[in-house]
Amino acid sequence: MNTPCLVEMHGISKRFPGVKANDSVDLRLFAGEIHCLLGENGSGKSTLMTILSGLYKPDAGQLFIHGAPVTFHSPRDAIRAGIGMVHQHFKLVETFTVAQNIVLGDRKLSFVPNMDQVESALADLSRRYKLAIDPKARVWQLSVGERQRVEIVKMLYRGCETLILDEPTAVLTPQETRELFSILREMADQGKAIVVITHKLREVMEIADRVTVLRKGHKVAEYTRGSFSEAQLARAMVGKEIISRIRRQPSNAGEEVLRLEKVAAFNDSGGRLESVSLSVREGEIFGIAGVAGNGQRELAEVISGLRRISQGSIYINGVDMTGSSIRQRISAGISYVPEDRLGTGLVPGLGIVENVILKGYHTPAYSLGPFLKRRDALSKSMELVSKFNIFASSLESPVSMLSGGNLQKLLLAREFSSDPKLIVAVYPVRGLDIGATDAVHRLIIEEKEKGAAVLLISEDLDEVLKLSDRIGVLYEGRLAGPVNREDTDIEELGLMMMGASGEVASGGIGSC
Amino acid sequence: MSTGFIIAVLATAVTAGTPIFYAALGELISERSGVLNLGVEGMMLVGAVTGFMAGSITQNHWIGLLAAMAAGGAMGFIHAFLCVSLRANQVVSGLALTIFGTGLSGYLGKSLVGTPLPDPFRVVDIPVLSNIPVIGPILFQHDILVLFSYILAPLCWFIVFRTRAGLNLRAVGDNPGAADSLGVNVFLIRYVSVIVGGILAGIGGAYISMAYVPTWMENMVAGRGWIAVALVIFATWNPLNALWGSYVFGGIDALGYRLQAIDVSMSPYFLKMLPYLFTVLVLILVTQRNMVYRIGAPKALSVPYDREER
Amino acid sequence: MALEAVKPGRITIEKDFSPSPFMQILVPLIAVILALAICGLFLLLSGQDPFAAYSKMFFGVIGTSYGMTETILKAIPLMLAGLGLGLAFRMRLWNIGGEGQLHMGAFAATGVALFMPDYPIWVVLPLMFLAACFAGGVWALLCAVPRAYLGVNETITTLMLNYVAIFWVDYLVYGPWKDPEGFNFPLTATFSESATLPALAGSRIHFGLIIGLIMAVILYVVIYKTRWGYEIRVIGESEPAARYAGMNIRRQIILVMFVSGALCGLAGMSEVSGLVHRLRPGFSPGYGYTAIIVAWLANLNPLATVVVAVLFGALETGGYIIQTSGISANLVSVIQGTLLFFVLGGEILVRYRIRLAKPAVSAGEDSA
Repeated sequence: MNTPCLVEMHGISKRFPGVKANDSVDLRLFAGEIHCLLGENGSGKSTLMTILSGLYKPDAGQLFIHGAPVTFHSPRDAIRAGIGMVHQHFKLVETFTVAQNIVLGDRKLSFVPNMDQVESALADLSRRYKLAIDPKARVWQLSVGERQRVEIVKMLYRGCETLILDEPTAVLTPQETRELFSILREMADQGKAIVVITHKLREVMEIADRVTVLRKGHKVAEYTRGSFSEAQLARAMVGKEIISRIRRQPSNAGEEVLRLEKVAAFNDSGGRLESVSLSVREGEIFGIAGVAGNGQRELAEVISGLRRISQGSIYINGVDMTGSSIRQRISAGISYVPEDRLGTGLVPGLGIVENVILKGYHTPAYSLGPFLKRRDALSKSMELVSKFNIFASSLESPVSMLSGGNLQKLLLAREFSSDPKLIVAVYPVRGLDIGATDAVHRLIIEEKEKGAAVLLISEDLDEVLKLSDRIGVLYEGRLAGPVNREDTDIEELGLMMMGASGEVASGGIGSC
Repeated sequence: MSTGFIIAVLATAVTAGTPIFYAALGELISERSGVLNLGVEGMMLVGAVTGFMAGSITQNHWIGLLAAMAAGGAMGFIHAFLCVSLRANQVVSGLALTIFGTGLSGYLGKSLVGTPLPDPFRVVDIPVLSNIPVIGPILFQHDILVLFSYILAPLCWFIVFRTRAGLNLRAVGDNPGAADSLGVNVFLIRYVSVIVGGILAGIGGAYISMAYVPTWMENMVAGRGWIAVALVIFATWNPLNALWGSYVFGGIDALGYRLQAIDVSMSPYFLKMLPYLFTVLVLILVTQRNMVYRIGAPKALSVPYDREER
Repeated sequence: MALEAVKPGRITIEKDFSPSPFMQILVPLIAVILALAICGLFLLLSGQDPFAAYSKMFFGVIGTSYGMTETILKAIPLMLAGLGLGLAFRMRLWNIGGEGQLHMGAFAATGVALFMPDYPIWVVLPLMFLAACFAGGVWALLCAVPRAYLGVNETITTLMLNYVAIFWVDYLVYGPWKDPEGFNFPLTATFSESATLPALAGSRIHFGLIIGLIMAVILYVVIYKTRWGYEIRVIGESEPAARYAGMNIRRQIILVMFVSGALCGLAGMSEVSGLVHRLRPGFSPGYGYTAIIVAWLANLNPLATVVVAVLFGALETGGYIIQTSGISANLVSVIQGTLLFFVLGGEILVRYRIRLAKPAVSAGEDSA
């Protein structure tokens, strides 16, 4: 294509210790388009955009803005070239007002800024793009959706022509998502180039004018609107037809293992879990679908004992464990595979041996009086490493050096080797490649067949449908369903995820 | 107690507080940028000895002061280099600075002990203001450095809270990632803040050896550097609070001896504990969630910034 | 609108998760050499012969029984306090209140010594030991409890309480505990025999050394071989993981700080009971602070702490020895400070990998 575009990235490569995050990636952005950057976790989307926003320096490759080569040494350079990024973790100074956050770093601002003037300019901006913000509010008092709007206005204020949003819907409710998408469309219509980083096919189908697909750091496809289907995107994203050798086994559910009765809890930022009741039986996988941030993490933490509940009760094997400690729950047979594997599930600075004993170090298996039984821990570790095919250069060097797949295998190895009665797995394959994903799924199914009750929390509907016997959907802290796997399909779950819960979805969400 | 006594004590509180004020102001700026510097004591000592030395040799207190500022700034530079560029542990680096500064000042000052300073800072006579009853003798019958601090405190307050530079400074200390993403140069701001912190500590030290005492004794800063660290928290990172706070802390120090002199039975040691106990209390109060936000205590304090940290 | 021409390679620094053991030894070694070189230059500039000074220090410490004895005597408090502080640092608790905890330990031990002069040694010494541990521990708890329950930064609170403890001791020795027969000097009465730590084999080295060595071995075993030590290491590495495993973090903060303070308190007791035999102001020349450095340089390893404490003891002693040649003992602090700067700077070579990034390839050249 010879028409000059707003931004061109050519042959971009970036290496992190142990991974090649980007390998010779090309990308072009045009004014007036919404461009989706699609890929699985770990495919290098965020890295690529972090390079474009000037925060990372590429190891190789060249950027062109309006056809001219540029090198960014800092985000300031990128912003000056009209490129702004809204990060997944908002970059806001919480003690500042909205206006202060927006003008931060603006060199055109006078040395003694007249904040009244700034505030009225912001009011204009927010009217023009229909973005409601209060310039005088303190950021620490704002909701997530409001903070995101502040981030967007921040970039508009700087006159960005290209706006990058990293997984913008991950933290939003469906209403907020709808609102965001209409804002993005408005901005594109006014001549901005919008990049949306995502791994959700649905979103791409809904808003993308053009889509670039990344896989393992490589660019694998580029489509324009109308020339792609959901299946095509999926294939490009994962590299092959999703043929899994995994076949769901019919459930032979037995006794009830976990029962929640009207459980309510609050999270740290004001979100909540409301009156959730569910029951999971032996030999059954109960899938929880839903957009992240609708109470998934809270649900898992409530069951594992990491979070107090404000109402309701929790039973394990018929025993009331509402007030039980984490350790009591561990010994009752609850196994928890947390979302944050390195840092919560595993201790980054310790070796495999010391991670293997993380939960059982105080039990007779690994300790004698006050002392640890090192030899037993070592032999157990060797056993697990070979049984679960964990690739590691040493059993003693910090596990932070292991790859994502090996980390997850190690985590599952420890959790499953204690013959758990209940497994709570949160996003167990997030960021893993196909091979590792398959391995993890097979392990979970194995546990089910051995008679464990599994609560699988996932944002990937395909995963949920593939593994679960029964499925519920978390939406704004409430649980919809459950429905039997046989009686449902992706459409129904999709609607439930949007909060439609059986009713007909309102407005044009979801074109699948 | 006579009025004269009270005025004398308050006037002493001002002079005793001034070196603490300068050092605390420097530490405040450094901490606002997110760098904890426990080397204040060392920087003050080096400032004190260089100021005295240069002042003795040139017989000019201004040159002495400049030398003290340069020496303090150089000490600050070491800390900035280690903590900002090399991301070293700020607590250890600060302590190293104190050990180094204590040793260096003692070593350099060995031959200066007992020599008089030819041209110390003297009380300047400002007409009108110094003649106001009560207020005049307390606040205005002082040397130029005391008078300058009256301007410096509000000036710094204005810079920190009302200017673009202050906005950048506070952002860097609170959320360097956010500041960096908007093109605020985190490293530059931290460097400048820590070096300015060193310069101000140098002035504080020089004030002791060139105005307050004025002579050179080994270890003459005598813990004022640590009081300055405490004062920053006591003042909740606000320059104006630091000014009056320094008089409270300085006054407590001075009062101890005065009370002994007039035979009040209260032990001076309990009095001297007060600043530290107050500081602990203030710290506990400002740690409460809402207070942290309201006061704007630098959240990234003592956390090195690493842009590519994943 | 090219913002800037393509620049040649830039130096980048990235985290290295597998520091090589070679670098871990090499870097401190180079730091020592550089520190000595810089300070040598400094000596030269101030008109001294650095080689003479260093050799005098070295042989004064190694070659004389005075030097050796002094070295060990100075190493004892550094060792005990360094062990305590190192334990807290393991859990990322920045207890820099060693000096205050040491003072409180000395205060409590002195209290027992002064008020029980006539009891037998096997009653008084154990009581002093316990009192010192308790007082140092409680002093640390004053910071541990707000930290555990309110999240109050322990770095600052421990630092502040140092001064409170020092002034408390000052108050006692200038006031109620002043020896009535002491010619109005700020000193307590001399301890009785039964409140004195026994000396070892006719030397001035006292039993505190044995306590220090025993503590080092115990701590080593505790940290690396026991459940409790494992918990401490897990919490220090990652609090979320510790919570996930069901560990009680608050309890550990309180426990570890108590033990940390108790060991510093012991350092205070061993000073007054083994060496000074009375309480006097300034009995500690900042051992509590130097111990921070000792623990840190020893990489928080208890056995290494003993070695570093002895090296620091030797350095301090060397400082006293060269005073006879008219060089200020302050030189030692300068060496210590410089050494630390280089070790801190060298850390980056151990923790990070520094590499020269390839220059950005411009569009035309890149095809592979």
